[in-house]
Amino acid sequence: MTTTTAPLLDVRDLHVEFHTRDGVAKAVNGVSYTVEAGRTLAVLGESGSGKSVTAQAVMGILDTPPGRITAGQVLFRGQDLLTMGEEHRRRLRGAKLAMIFQDALSALNPVMTVGAQLGEMYEVHQGMSRSDARARAVQLMDRVRIPAAKQRAGDYPHQFSGGMRQRIMIAMAVALEPDLIIADEPTTALDVTVQAQVMDLLAELRREYATGLVLITHDLGVVADVADHIAVMYAGRVMESAPVAELYARPAHPYTRGLLDSIPRLDRKGRELYAIKGLPPSLTAVPPGCPFNPRCPMAQDICRTDRPPLHPAGPGRVSACHFWKETLEGSAR
Amino acid sequence: MPEQPAAHDPGADTAVGPAAGGAMAVATDDAGTLQRSLDQGPVPGGPGSGKARSLWSDAWHDLRRNPVFVASALVIAFLLLIAVWPQSIAPGNPLSCDLAMAQDGPSPGHPFGFDTQGCDVYTRTVHGARASITVGLCATAGAALLGSVLGGLAGYYGGWWDALLSRLADVFFGIPVILGGLVFLSVVTSDTVWPVVGFIVLLGWPQISRIARGAVVGAKQHDYVQAARSLGAGHTRLLLRHIAPNAVAPVIVVATIALGTYIALEATLSFIGVGLRPPTVSWGIDISNASTQIRNAPHMLLWPAGALSITVLSFIMLGDAVRDALDPKLR
Amino acid sequence: MTPEPLLQVTDLVKHYPLTRGILFRKQVGAVHAVDGVSFTLRRGETLGIVGESGCGKSTVARLLVGLERPTAGQIRYRGEDITKLSGPALRTVRRNIQMVFQDPYTSLNPRMTVGDIVGEPFEIHPEAAPKGDRRQRVRELLDVVGLNPEHINRYPHQFSGGQRQRIGIARGLALRPEVIVADEPVSALDVSVQAQVVNLMQRLQGQFGLSYVFIAHDLSVVRHISDRVAVMYLGRFAEAGTDEEIYDHPTHPYTQALLSAVPVPDPAAGAARGRIILTGDVPSPAAPPSGCRFRTRCWKATERCAAEVPALAVPAWLKDGPAAHASACHYAAER
Repeated sequence: MTTTTAPLLDVRDLHVEFHTRDGVAKAVNGVSYTVEAGRTLAVLGESGSGKSVTAQAVMGILDTPPGRITAGQVLFRGQDLLTMGEEHRRRLRGAKLAMIFQDALSALNPVMTVGAQLGEMYEVHQGMSRSDARARAVQLMDRVRIPAAKQRAGDYPHQFSGGMRQRIMIAMAVALEPDLIIADEPTTALDVTVQAQVMDLLAELRREYATGLVLITHDLGVVADVADHIAVMYAGRVMESAPVAELYARPAHPYTRGLLDSIPRLDRKGRELYAIKGLPPSLTAVPPGCPFNPRCPMAQDICRTDRPPLHPAGPGRVSACHFWKETLEGSAR
Repeated sequence: MPEQPAAHDPGADTAVGPAAGGAMAVATDDAGTLQRSLDQGPVPGGPGSGKARSLWSDAWHDLRRNPVFVASALVIAFLLLIAVWPQSIAPGNPLSCDLAMAQDGPSPGHPFGFDTQGCDVYTRTVHGARASITVGLCATAGAALLGSVLGGLAGYYGGWWDALLSRLADVFFGIPVILGGLVFLSVVTSDTVWPVVGFIVLLGWPQISRIARGAVVGAKQHDYVQAARSLGAGHTRLLLRHIAPNAVAPVIVVATIALGTYIALEATLSFIGVGLRPPTVSWGIDISNASTQIRNAPHMLLWPAGALSITVLSFIMLGDAVRDALDPKLR
Repeated sequence: MTPEPLLQVTDLVKHYPLTRGILFRKQVGAVHAVDGVSFTLRRGETLGIVGESGCGKSTVARLLVGLERPTAGQIRYRGEDITKLSGPALRTVRRNIQMVFQDPYTSLNPRMTVGDIVGEPFEIHPEAAPKGDRRQRVRELLDVVGLNPEHINRYPHQFSGGQRQRIGIARGLALRPEVIVADEPVSALDVSVQAQVVNLMQRLQGQFGLSYVFIAHDLSVVRHISDRVAVMYLGRFAEAGTDEEIYDHPTHPYTQALLSAVPVPDPAAGAARGRIILTGDVPSPAAPPSGCRFRTRCWKATERCAAEVPALAVPAWLKDGPAAHASACHYAAER
């Protein structure tokens, strides 16, 4: 198999467990998704859906223990990252795979200037001299539109605002022009106006470097503008995966539909919000069958017993619902 | 909202209520279809149906399974027992000595041998527990009370009172233990344990007050304290009901560990001759007397020193285990 | 006939002094958290206050419920200035203005049972319910907010985020207040649970005739629940009006930028909207810009904006229009 035909990232049937006091928590329960080079996949889910754990497993930064990858493959350009040697994998991280975290302040080293931290990437991975690396770092800060980059390269992370710090995180991620960037809630901690700036920058850089992007978020709004494809996760599983426009226009899973209906809209005012009843399940006691069945308005007996497979529900889309057809028809809007 | 750092507790955001009986606490979050079935939750009986897991019961759950805790707790229970009733296992009189037997080794009825004065080392070691434990407990109680009240008030009210207290604590921190002990205890002398206890309290409270101050400052900022304030709760209610219960855990941990070190400190002071004085029976005094004869009669040193080490170690281990159990970050 | 104003806030100011030195403190400046905010709240209505972090909206909430004393300005409750009150008079007023907090994980004392938490208002205000009735009242309150009354002896950590927020709401309702100040009550909750809590708050408003001051950064949620909306920036209101006036006819550049930046969960709608991407960050409230607070990030700013503070008033050209509402901009205009 040549590396050009394989997708950039292909996560296959990934399972991750955590050992907790209350038993084994199945945080990721057979997740599969693919990211093509230069495309953006949004992984959408609420807290506890397993979206971040999946990303950590892909990046190889999962805390083990208590976490444990029990099954699955993570193919990066056809190579399985999970069976790869740690040294090999470490070299891929940063150079080919990069990650952007939600909390930039804790992800940056507080006692190093940002210039030095950015420069370090070039020193370590490309063997550049310190002064060259420093010059590249300033260029990069300029590129992510940090005003007065040259002076600010000598500042420490805490001297930057939240938005600026997130730009530095992005600069670090794109520094070595990786093939894939995983961004875990990159704008959640930011204010709306700053959020828009950062999302724009991220989208622009992704286009410029033709990087694949996995955007992990809980915000249906953020995703709509930037993603090509969306995977909706719930209780450690992918519920639905579809191209963006189709997913918003006609969800093929009752959970997706519930989520879309339950958020208040800025551009129109309704009387009462649709509320998905109940709570997400405890990961130590995920209901048998479809994990969403206790909260689902369409649930039948089969949903309580049989775990729905990923049904093809149209071009490029799948739905893990026994009644995907009915849902699709019912949600034409 | 940010996803919980799932690595530590993937189920953090879900309603878990596996109570002691193993019943899952099922509760839906929807007003319309609220499940009101009694049989699904832990039976909520009368007031204080204690099935709920609080911090303390959680900690207890951990502690019972911690061998370090069980071992140190058993040792401490035994020590307390012999401190209260030394006669139960050592019926002899620690003060009735026979110079003829001086420095003799173990013999039937005198398993630990005799010291320089011809006293039975076994009897003296057992009876010595009382002094050590008394000093340890009283000094800890005093230091904890003084330290947590002063530190707690400083943390709660802040301002100049806080600044003053912090400087004062710094001054006490700066006192060298031995030198301070020599001066203080040669001025304040008595046949009782109280001068030693007093000195240790004087030296020990700043440590506790710092911990208490920090814990109160931390607890004070919580929204539930603000919530009670916005309801119109007064200082007493805020301090006693909302802040103290949430700030007491670190104080207990530090106090337990300090208890061990206070016992060691008493022995040190007695060793250099300013702590407890004869006729009080104390491990420190016995160690001091034995130290000159360590070459020809090591057994005189071995037993009181061993008892002291085990006691100090037990309290420190107990404190360590309690800290681990009470630290939510380790869950 | 318009209902009488329940709460009337005039020129509210809160400055936090910045001091240096431990024993000899001297003031070296002040954080202008709230700098001249005025509004009225009528019976049964919801006033939404939106703004980004650091704009002072939470300080407004704390001032309203008496957690902070204002530096200047008045808060009149039924005509009486409550900022001057103390002792029993203040306690009585406090009964009527209650708060719901943002973080359901820190706003409930972990050492107290749900019954004690919801019942605490009765202990602080014993006149509100006779002792024997309190337990029953707590059960009723739990029922009202959609929790199982049998769970009265449980501890907060046994509940999920959404359920805890219901407990917080039950505590807020205990004294039958007229006004509830909710500071980001749903922003810590999952999307699917947010809707449940928002619906609950709306239901309770109708049931008990409550007035809400609903503070949030999420413009969509604020629009959904509010009758009137005020947009706050660096301690001042930039624009205030009904939800339609603010959302459909914004005239202040900041409101326009804020609205355009909100991601809409609809790929088709997103592309159609003209986005305004603001440059730069919010200035520090310790050194706010002169004149209009927003001028450093505003594309319309002129010298006038640096010199003159724009008043929050209905622009002359808008006075007779259907969407007449106040905007604190010298160049207020619809896009």
